Amino acid sequence: MIEIKNLDKYFGNDKVLNNISLKIDKGEIFAMVGHSGAGKSTLLRCINGLESYEIGTLKVFDKEVKNLSTTELKSFRKDVGMIFQHFSLMQRKNVFDNIALPMQVWGFSKDEIKVKVDELLKLIDLSHKSTAYPSELSGGQKQRVAIARALTLDPQILLSDEATSALDPNTTTSILDLLKKINKELGITIIIVTHEMDVVKAVAQKAILLEHGNIIGQGEIEDLFLQPDKKMKKFLGEKEVIPEDGENIKLYFPKEIAQYSIITHMARTLNIDFNIVWGKLEKINNHVIGSLVINITASDKESVTQYLDSKNVTWEIL
Amino acid sequence: MLEKILLPALWETLYMSLSSTLLAVIFGFIPAIALILTDKNGLAPNIKVYRVLDVIINTLRSFPFIILMIILFPVTKIIVGKSIGTTAAIVPLTIGAAPFVARLIESALKEVDIGVIEAAKSYGASNFQIIFKVMIVEALPGIISAITLTLITIIGFSAMAGAVGGGGLGDVAIKYGYYRFKTDIMLYTVLILIVLVQCFQSLGDYLYKITKK
Repeated sequence: MIEIKNLDKYFGNDKVLNNISLKIDKGEIFAMVGHSGAGKSTLLRCINGLESYEIGTLKVFDKEVKNLSTTELKSFRKDVGMIFQHFSLMQRKNVFDNIALPMQVWGFSKDEIKVKVDELLKLIDLSHKSTAYPSELSGGQKQRVAIARALTLDPQILLSDEATSALDPNTTTSILDLLKKINKELGITIIIVTHEMDVVKAVAQKAILLEHGNIIGQGEIEDLFLQPDKKMKKFLGEKEVIPEDGENIKLYFPKEIAQYSIITHMARTLNIDFNIVWGKLEKINNHVIGSLVINITASDKESVTQYLDSKNVTWEIL
Repeated sequence: MLEKILLPALWETLYMSLSSTLLAVIFGFIPAIALILTDKNGLAPNIKVYRVLDVIINTLRSFPFIILMIILFPVTKIIVGKSIGTTAAIVPLTIGAAPFVARLIESALKEVDIGVIEAAKSYGASNFQIIFKVMIVEALPGIISAITLTLITIIGFSAMAGAVGGGGLGDVAIKYGYYRFKTDIMLYTVLILIVLVQCFQSLGDYLYKITKK
């Protein structure tokens, strides 16, 4: 659905995106992750033509975005909704009129607009607020309205630019649930830009990691978080605090193994003692995955690693 | 005295200021929109057009009003048919105030949240629609403040126009109050102007309040 190949983008002389290539399939929730200034929002804005790019290709629905004429770009944007960090609602229009505006711009009749807006108000659970003004709404409610506005023209793709970054954790969850629902029920492909790892873990199926305009990691979410490579670890800012003597072995539990009682079973089978010195369980999408660091005496190393191999547990010596 | 001198003068002042404000807003709006469009962060950036407009507006704004009025005598004569009188005063008042209005409206439009404009782009609105359906709607309270400010400034200028044959309260204040030492008439004119300005400011504030959501 979206295919980017060797894309470069400059702001003046500064190269802000370097050799970006990626593919996003229909129906996916795809995350672009990075710290501020990594170029993730810029990349997102290239997708709907809010930003241009100098080198490379960016095809959406098999059309090269930068070659679209002004008129083509406008109708192309009907198929690509967008939501923003600061909601970007019109302060002087009430909820109904804010949601209705894209349809007014496209010349829909009053009746069509009424039907569609009422339906969307129901979807976002704000039917009772249709005459309220944005200043009377909470942040989460504002973002819901913005989501409804982005859906009025029945887009195939929804772009989300740090949509939850201005919200508290509970509200973030409810907005993410709404996005998941939209993805599932309406089949809309969603692309999320965020710096919050929790957001990525909660909703995305695939992700790219951006740093200084370069993709430093990409793939399925489980793979990225379960066994992070050096760059990814640095990116996540994680560092295990582990003892200096003995052997530290880090075990990774992918979703199939996380539920089994590997650790206690190992202790009983091998009849050894060890310390659990570091551990983490995380919910990614709907799966639980985890990692654990155990500290063993050097003499037990061989039997432990053999046991782990026999159980298909991924491990590494730290 | 009130009926014979002050009341007709008040009507003249109102006629001059209100018509000039209306015309200045109309003529100020067009360059304001051109400025906002061609600004380097605007919807259709064009540095040359922006610079030219910028210079014209600054030049017109730097003229002292009384000089502008005298320079414009021939132009006024072409438009109104005479260069002196209440109606004639509307021409220099409009031309003097329009660039001021253009600047005020430009800055009111610049205040519009860039995100709202970007959102409008993202659902495929044209530049025309962005200006008229989004920016002007959002900037309305600011535009109302700008018009209030213009009207009050024009009331002040109209007193000056009065001094060179435009009539109105300024004319009365000079003719009776200054040349004939009638302090009471001078005082009344000042008093009427204070009340007038106060009323328009309150009306402007009220309109600002109900349009600001």
